[in-house]
Amino acid sequence: MKKLLLGNEAIARGAYEAGVTVVSSYPGTPSTEITEAIAKYDEIYSEWAPNEKVATEVAIGASFGGARAMTAMKHVGLNVAADPLFTCSYTGVNGGLVIVVADDPGMHSSQNEQDSRHYAKASKVLMLEPSDSQECKDFVAEAYNLSEQFDTPVIIRLSTRVSHSQSLVEIKERENIPLREYKKDAQKYVMMPAMARKRHWAVEDRIKALREYAETSKLNRIEWGDRKIGIITSGIAYQYAREALGDVSYLKLGMVYPLPEKLIKDFVSQVEQVYVIEELDPFIEEHCKALGCKVIGKELFTVIGELNTNIIREKILNIKTEKPISVEESIPIRPPVMCPGCPHRGVFYVLKKLKLVVSGDIGCYTLGALAPLEAIDTCVCMGASVGAALGMEKARGKDFSKKVVAVIGDSTFIHSGITGLIDVVYNKGNSTVIILDNSITGMTGHQHNPTTGFTIKGEPTRQVDLVKLAQAIGIERVKVVDPFDLEKFEKTVKEEIAAEEPSVIISQRPCALLKHVKYEGPLHINGDKCTRCKMCMRLGCPAISNKDGNMTIDITLCNGCGLCVKVCRFSAIEKVGDING
Amino acid sequence: MANTSVMIVGVGGQGTLLASRILGNVAIKKGFDVKVSEVHGMAQRGGSVVTYVKYGDKVYSPIISEGQADIIIAFEELEAYRWLPYLKKGGRIIVNTQRIDPMPVIVGLKKYPDSIIEKIHSLGAEVIPVDALKLALEAGSVKAVNVVLMGVMAKYTDIDKEDWLNVIENTVPARFLEINKKAFELGLALNN
Repeated sequence: MKKLLLGNEAIARGAYEAGVTVVSSYPGTPSTEITEAIAKYDEIYSEWAPNEKVATEVAIGASFGGARAMTAMKHVGLNVAADPLFTCSYTGVNGGLVIVVADDPGMHSSQNEQDSRHYAKASKVLMLEPSDSQECKDFVAEAYNLSEQFDTPVIIRLSTRVSHSQSLVEIKERENIPLREYKKDAQKYVMMPAMARKRHWAVEDRIKALREYAETSKLNRIEWGDRKIGIITSGIAYQYAREALGDVSYLKLGMVYPLPEKLIKDFVSQVEQVYVIEELDPFIEEHCKALGCKVIGKELFTVIGELNTNIIREKILNIKTEKPISVEESIPIRPPVMCPGCPHRGVFYVLKKLKLVVSGDIGCYTLGALAPLEAIDTCVCMGASVGAALGMEKARGKDFSKKVVAVIGDSTFIHSGITGLIDVVYNKGNSTVIILDNSITGMTGHQHNPTTGFTIKGEPTRQVDLVKLAQAIGIERVKVVDPFDLEKFEKTVKEEIAAEEPSVIISQRPCALLKHVKYEGPLHINGDKCTRCKMCMRLGCPAISNKDGNMTIDITLCNGCGLCVKVCRFSAIEKVGDING
Repeated sequence: MANTSVMIVGVGGQGTLLASRILGNVAIKKGFDVKVSEVHGMAQRGGSVVTYVKYGDKVYSPIISEGQADIIIAFEELEAYRWLPYLKKGGRIIVNTQRIDPMPVIVGLKKYPDSIIEKIHSLGAEVIPVDALKLALEAGSVKAVNVVLMGVMAKYTDIDKEDWLNVIENTVPARFLEINKKAFELGLALNN
């Protein structure tokens, strides 16, 4: 049977069919749907871990324990998981171990555009790269076989367009893979210098063997066509190239590390001109050039952003794409915004009003950096808000710290904000940290986390108590406030930044998109009472706009959260039903 | 046959994903190779969103480059205007005549262009304006805008109405099925 599946769903299906029994991940666009889809299979234990490092460690443990295991994350998640990755390269596996990493060329939803293929080379781990959903599923099956055959973790690299494109996949039955025997083997699994030195030799032997394998693997294939042009490519770039160039010759690499040598040399020798087409860094190209092959790559193509068929056709065939319609008028951009009813809006309204320096973090609330709120000063990576706030204080002194707050979401705080907060307490910082507790992991599309009280499958579980947690590490000033109580929220922030010790403010209100959040329906601006003072416009609510001098509320967007009612000094904002009342 | 390339554009939260999934599954029923490319994550928060649906004998790239779309279905006027350069010569653009101000307009930095439908028309594209919001409300929910537009789209394909309805049945939650069926019929019945 054939089904239309996202690349991510096909990875999940592949894990199911390959008999995987343990999956641990942390959500991150564009990887999230892999683990969400896996959670639907009862045969697989799945979980959201607090972060990618823990997730990878759980998967490693499951592999040591004899199971086929998986972890999935976005590209920056692999930075967090890099520590276990580099050493599990040394230990190797017992049950097959697959690490799925989804890159985001073009940065649709990311803070950088790193090319994760470098991790495979740096950690000396086999990496596969599928180019559509069918390959996603097939490569997972192959990855488990190779993992167990070569005693190595295997990384599967995706990119946004593979993860988030649906294409047809042939569905099969699940294979029953018996749990492998667990045997204590300190020489293999205890990585301290004496053992690790020996294991490094094993790693180098393994890479040699894999390089041999790459020469004949069915994952790397040649599609012969016109031999004037030869294309070496992999992943989504293969699809773009096939559409743009049609019947030329292709060396399509499914295995991107280690790369074959003889296969590439043979291919290059049999075509007139070879181009390497790959998104981001010249990873394959540099390998080809190191082999002495005359190929053209980044001389033509950028290392920034995504490729597409037009770019490829233009650069290689010199055919300019006909653009029948061009619009001369300047079109306003439409950046993403915090949703109507978003609890974070109250927080940033107050922080902007108080003119504070705001050390930001990763989540929906990063949107507080955009106009009109423009209330965030910095954003680097998951958890950075807390450490960076402390760093600013240590650089500029305690008085400056009284103008600084860190803002961090509930899930991000558990991911890696907690360690920063321990640093604040331990090293006598004065920081004020606002934890934006909206009862869910928001940006990635509503995943549970240790603070929500539910597992990935929606089963009730123990809930991390953020108040007690902050107290336990030594924060004495912990306040819980509703960010829609603007007056109280402002008062609390003023008190806590003035305090001569670190504080935590837990801003508590659920995400407006959660099903159980019910506001009373759209509001309306009474033109007779409205003085056009535009205070409501300062909230940056997408439902309120200025139509030729008159503030109006779009009833298709407004959910009636009532925040604008609180900032309107003339009681001009009313429920729609009250218009005639 | 040559591939058909459809772009569905709108504002994050308008239900473009569901529309693309319906169209993708309808195309499968006709035995085509299909690719549907979606946007998840940050842009879904009220940003400009685009999904690509391509079907035919064999589809490689899941995305559509400028000048390659046979049909654009726009859920909002400004988004229709923004993505217009993606339309092929002789292509057709279905536009829901709804206006949602983007933040630069809301904060007064930019002006929302006026008379977008007329401008698209004068640029030489075949434009089909539809008040899908009104029809969605008539069907029973503002959320049914996406299915109204699928109804309009259906007129320009040679896919049977029954196939569309069958896919809608399998795609939307049961409790909204009647609303969505009605929304589809209203879109299909439009005389442009």
